[in-house]
Parts: sequence; C-alpha cells; structure tokens
Amino acid sequence: MTYFPEEVVEHIFSFLPAQRDRNTVSLVCKVWYEIERLSRRSVFVGNCYAVRAERVALRFPNVRALTVKGKPHFADFNLVPPDWGGYAGPWIEAAARGCVGLEELRMKRMVVSDESLELLSRSFPRFRALVLISCEGFSTDGLAAIASHCKLLSELDLQENEVEDRGPRWLSCFPDSCTSLVSLNFACIKGEVNAGSLERLVSRSPNLRSLRLNRSVSVDTLAKILMRTPNLEDLGTGNLTDDFQTESYFRLTSALEKCKMLRSLSGFWDASPVCLSFIYPLCAQLTGLNLSYAPTLDASDLTKMISRCVKLQRLWVLDCISDKGLQVVASSCKDLQELRVFPSDFYVAGYSAVTEEGLVAISLGCPKLNSLLYFCHQMTNAALITVAKNCPNFTRFRLCILEPGKPDVMTNQPLDEGFGAIVRECKGLRRLSISGLLTDKVFMYIGKYAKQLEMLSIAFAGDSDKGMMHVMNGCKNLRKLEIRDSPFGDAALLGNVAKYETMRSLWMSSCNVTLKGCQVLASKMPMLNIEVINEWDGSNEMEENHGELPKVEKLYVYRTTAGARDDAPNFVKIL
Amino acid sequence: MSPPLELDYIGLSPPSAATGRADDDLKGTELRLGLPGSESPNRRPVTAIATTLELLPAKGAKRVFSDEVALPPPAASGKGKPAVPAAGEEEEEADEEDKKVVAPPQPAAKAQVVGWPPIRSYRKNTMATNQLKSSKEDVDAKQGQGFLYVKVSMDGAPYLRKVNLKTYKNYKDMSLALEKMFIGFSTGKDGAERQKDGEYVLTYEDKDGDWMLVGDVPWEMFTDSCRRLRIMKGSDAIGLAPRSGGKSNNKN
Repeated sequence: MTYFPEEVVEHIFSFLPAQRDRNTVSLVCKVWYEIERLSRRSVFVGNCYAVRAERVALRFPNVRALTVKGKPHFADFNLVPPDWGGYAGPWIEAAARGCVGLEELRMKRMVVSDESLELLSRSFPRFRALVLISCEGFSTDGLAAIASHCKLLSELDLQENEVEDRGPRWLSCFPDSCTSLVSLNFACIKGEVNAGSLERLVSRSPNLRSLRLNRSVSVDTLAKILMRTPNLEDLGTGNLTDDFQTESYFRLTSALEKCKMLRSLSGFWDASPVCLSFIYPLCAQLTGLNLSYAPTLDASDLTKMISRCVKLQRLWVLDCISDKGLQVVASSCKDLQELRVFPSDFYVAGYSAVTEEGLVAISLGCPKLNSLLYFCHQMTNAALITVAKNCPNFTRFRLCILEPGKPDVMTNQPLDEGFGAIVRECKGLRRLSISGLLTDKVFMYIGKYAKQLEMLSIAFAGDSDKGMMHVMNGCKNLRKLEIRDSPFGDAALLGNVAKYETMRSLWMSSCNVTLKGCQVLASKMPMLNIEVINEWDGSNEMEENHGELPKVEKLYVYRTTAGARDDAPNFVKIL
Repeated sequence: MSPPLELDYIGLSPPSAATGRADDDLKGTELRLGLPGSESPNRRPVTAIATTLELLPAKGAKRVFSDEVALPPPAASGKGKPAVPAAGEEEEEADEEDKKVVAPPQPAAKAQVVGWPPIRSYRKNTMATNQLKSSKEDVDAKQGQGFLYVKVSMDGAPYLRKVNLKTYKNYKDMSLALEKMFIGFSTGKDGAERQKDGEYVLTYEDKDGDWMLVGDVPWEMFTDSCRRLRIMKGSDAIGLAPRSGGKSNNKN
C-alpha cells in the first residue's frame, strides 16, 4: 500500500465518507494520516470542548462541511445556566484562519454572535449552507450579513433559535444576484418580514425546494409565493388565520394544486380550520406533517386532515388529538415511522387527552414505527409490553409521563417491566428516555438488553447506586448519559471510570454526587473535564447539609483532548 | 442599547386593577386555582396528586426530595413519593411566592420543578404567546380568534408595523414589545431628539373612530375596541396626557 501514489490512496479513501471509518484509517500509519487529513471534507465535532478549534482547523485544512455541537442536551430544559459556554466564535475564527474552503457550517446549542456571523459571511468565498439549531446570541443583523455577503448561499436553515429581532431588513439584504437558494427556514424569527422582499426573493430562486416561513407571513403572501414555487418539497406556512382576501383563496387553491412535489408541511400558526380545507388535496402525497404549534385545532380538525394522509411517515402533533384521534392515525397512516405527541398543557397536574390507550392503538396500526416522543399523564406496564411486541423496530423511544415518579396507573407498580419489555424487544434501540416510577430493576434490564443504546435520559428514577452501575457496565455503546433527580452518588460515579473515555459525556444534576467524588474522578481520569456547576454560592448549601459532604448540584463530565477550557464562567469549577 | 421609550403614561391605570381584571378574564385561570379534582367535569381525575414534587422550588427542597427517593419504593404508593414533612411544606409555600412561572399565566400555586417537563424553552415560549386554551369549549368558541392584528404607526417612522394584540397579556407586555419594535428608529436627528426627552404617547383608534389614550380601560376592553395604534410625539399629545408636568421625568 505504501507504494501507491498518494492520489490513488486518496481516491480509495473517498469511498469512506463516514467519519468513524476515516478516523480509523488515519490511525494506520503516518502516511495514511496525512493523506486522510488533507482529503477530509466533512468533520463532526459532537462536543465543542472535546477538542480545540485550532487543532481541528490545522489538521483538516480542506474541510468543506463542519458540524459543531455545544451545550449538553439538558440545556434545552433550562438546566444549564446562561453564560455556561458553547461559544461559536473560536470555531468560526479558527476556520476563517485555516479552512477557507469551508462551504457548510452546522451548529447546535451554541452561542453565536452577530460579529461571528459577520466574520463567517466574509471569510469563505464558497460558503453555501448555514444551519443553526437551538442557538442563541445573535440578531437579525447577523442574518443580514449572511444574506448580503454569501454570494453562493443555497441553504439558510434556522431551527428553534433565540434570535433578537432588529427589524425586517435582513431579508431584503439578499442581493438581486442571489438566485441560488434551495432551502430557507426562518420560522423561528419572531418579527415581521417585508412581504414584497420575500416574494421577490422566492421569484428569483428557481431551485427552492424547502421554505419555512414565520408566523408573520399572511395567507395572502403565502398564496402569492406558492404560485412561484411549483417544485417545492417542504413548506412551513405562515399564519393560517381566516383573515385573508378572496383572491388569495383562489390563488392558494390553484397554487397548491401545482405543487406536486410537496411532501412535508409545518407551521400552521394560529391555524383556523377553514384554512385546513385548502390543504386537504395535498394530504394524500404528504410524508411529513408538523401540527405541534397549532393549539387552535381540535381533535376533529386534526383527524379530518390526518385521515387523508395515507402516506404519512412523520407526524408531530399536540395531545389535543386525543386517544380517539390517535386511533384514526393508526388506521390511516400505515407507513408511520415517527410520531411525536407534545403536551398542550405543561402542568404536572394538568389534563391530557392522550393516555396509554392512544399509544397502544398506534402500535397496533403502525408496525413500522421506529421513533417515538410521547408526553402523557399516565401509563401502564401492560401497554408498554404490548407496544414493545407490536413495534420491535424502535430506534428512538422517549416517553415522558408528566408527573415525576408516577406508577402504573392500573396496578400502582413501578414501570420497570414495561420499559424492560421495550429494551428487550427493540434490539436496535439507540435512544431511550424513561419516566414514571422506576426502581433499580429497570436499569438492570437496560444494562442487560440495551446493547445498541447510545443515549439514555433518566429523571426521578432508581433506588441506589446499583441502578446507574447497571447502565455503566452493561450498555456497551453508551455515548451520552444524562441524569437528573435520581439517587446516584459517588459509588455509581466511580464504579466504572474507564467507561467515560468511551463516552461523549455524562450529565448529573440533583443527584447524590459529592465534591469529593468528583475530585476522585478527576484524579483518576486526567483526560476528562469534570465540570461542577453551581449557580449560587456553594458555601451556604454546604452548611445546610448538617456536616455531610457537600453535594454537587450539577455535574458535567466529558472526555477531551483540550484540557480545561478557558472560557468557563465563575460558577463552573473544572477539576 | 438605546434607552427605552418613555411610556410611563401606561402607569395611569393602577397596575393591580388592570392585571386583576385581566386575570379574571384570562381563560388561563380557569385551568387551575385549587387542587386537582376541583376543575370542570370533563377532566380526567388524576390520582392523588398530593405529590409535592410540583411544588418544589428550584433549590433547597430539591435536596429533601433526593433523600426521599433513596427510600425503598413504597409498593402502595399511588402518590409516587411520600409527602414532604410539614416543616418542609411551609418552606415550600413561602418559596412559592418567588417562584417564577414561565409558561402561560398561572397563579403562583402551580410552582413547577425546574426544567420539567422536558420541553424545549423555544416551544414553551412559542406556545405561551399562543394563549393556550385547553378546555374544549374555549377552543370551539375562539376558533379563528387567535389573532388580532392592528397597525401601529409611529410619528416619524418610514413605515408602519402590525402587531397581534392577542400575544400580549396586559399593557406592560404590549408597551415592552412596542418599545422593542420601534427601537430601530433611533437613528438620525429625529432619534437623537427622541432619546433626549423620550416623550412619546401611545394612542389608539377605537371602534367609533375616536383617538384614545392607551391605558384607561381594562386590557380586555381595550383589545376588543382597538382598531389601530399610533405612537404620537409628546408635543402633539399635550392635550391628552394628563401628567403634562411629569412627562419629562425619567422613570427607570
């Protein structure tokens, strides 16, 4: 192999796009390492603090697509204090210095500033795709910079970011010469956009395949836009209130008729049932439908529409659909693969129209189901066991019973057996979130059966350290473990320290881990960062504990080659 | 950041009165003011939610809870977890006042565990502005009334905006939002002037076509009758704003 010219080796490597394979290949010898790193086109950094940005840029100067993730997952639920970190700046700066061929940047849960976006827009002449998910720290001015300076922009995808609104001018910053847009998603922008600018932008974007508008876009504007986009595959509507002009009605109906490629719909802000009737003709061709931001639609509106969506593969909906509605879904959507049912009422003692019955109905009718996120107020072991038997193909199973520690509503037993059935039957399970009343037994099952499990989320569960240790010892492929409000302490934390090197991260909050335990871990495993996060003054807490060892409120452990980070705020202590 | 618009005329209607009335009318309070089980009949009875988990404030009592979890699982525990001892309960009640309830407007008694349920803040915030109505009758009654867009003009601004009055719960919300929306106009000599004396008055045109000062009537009555908004220069509004003397005070 060493006698092959580099070009040949590089060509062979081009058949290995997967990062894992390329990482393996680069370990073989120095020559291969060099060839691989110079020909690497796509880099994925799952934890921005696991490696230094400069090092990535130095090693992979020809990278075209970079993905970086910042805060831990529980940051989504406000468990990570603001100013914790996850700054995009160093990554964009390092890339600007060392990787000028960059074309695509994807970031998730990071803090991105307008200055960084400005730098991004000016540093990469071939830049074409920006995807920001659950990020914050920037405003529409940053977007204006991207629009103005990225001449080849084809994708601007903003998903659920916190964006400061500085007015509608950003959309008007796309120059007339910009005709390359393929995907534009600004659904999370809170402010208004100029309808005329939007219409003109769409008119000069013949390659537009995915368009997600924000709530401010009226039906009138939507109608005009859709006349120009017969090749649209994915649409996020603006608001669908029934306050629109009669011409729009005709425009919309005839435009939608022509959208033969439309497969996925979302938006439905403030949707009035009247507007839904426009969508009916499209239903038969839809594979994806997101109605989870439409609390104005009741169960009968929803079922009327969904019963027509016979090809549906992905459905996101609010729990007002009710168990009965889920039965309709089960009988209509035989190809369903992913279902998410969100609560319309976030309160623990509140009311939900979905129960375990709805879930069982779905499992009976949709055997292809492989991904579930289900919020409800009650569950039974029997239901879970049935679901597991009916749907052995689950790769992602997340069940959230809103009341922490709630037992099987029929038998008052813990839900150990139910979740046990899930992990036993679903051999390909990669992601699991558990809830309800759970003892150490469920973790014994998880450790024993969930061999493909990569991510596990635990809340208010377990009896003792044994629980966590079952998981740490049994789940061979575990990469991310996040735990809150569960009685796992130092023994569990230290039970299998070598495991942390094989994982991306561990999060533990409101558990029984002490500072001493963390210090022991730090001393045993120098290649880990042990972050102890205390939002308030630690000393007061310690006194309250009657002389016991001070407990750590929030702990974040991750493997890293970068050492302790230098951007940590003062409430984060890195051991 | 430029200083906020001087909108202290909003304070004319006593805040407690306005909020009080708004609260009464808010469908949100229908959801729950007391213990579960005391709501409207079509609710599914939730078994003994005496778990104090929902009342746990962010700190302190969490420690108590963690200890509780360490107990062997009580087989008969329909309540999930044993109730916190009385002393703990008092502490919780005291803390409830400070507890900030994030999502739809709810009385302080519904204090929640931080970060639970695991819903992204983006979703929580978006749904909060949707003014959730979870009871069926409300949804039927309010079909198509989830919006109330009115034009907002500001003297000196090159173009108008539109706002959805349904996304605000009270005058304060609205005035903050308008502040943010028009903050972009602090450029040029007009802006400099505005920042200096900060004298703007918010007025609205009602059903009868009359221009009224915002803030006199209860919030719900205002949203029913408001057709458009106008942010007037203070100098034009001398006749309207009663506190002509105090207008130049910076109320921060």
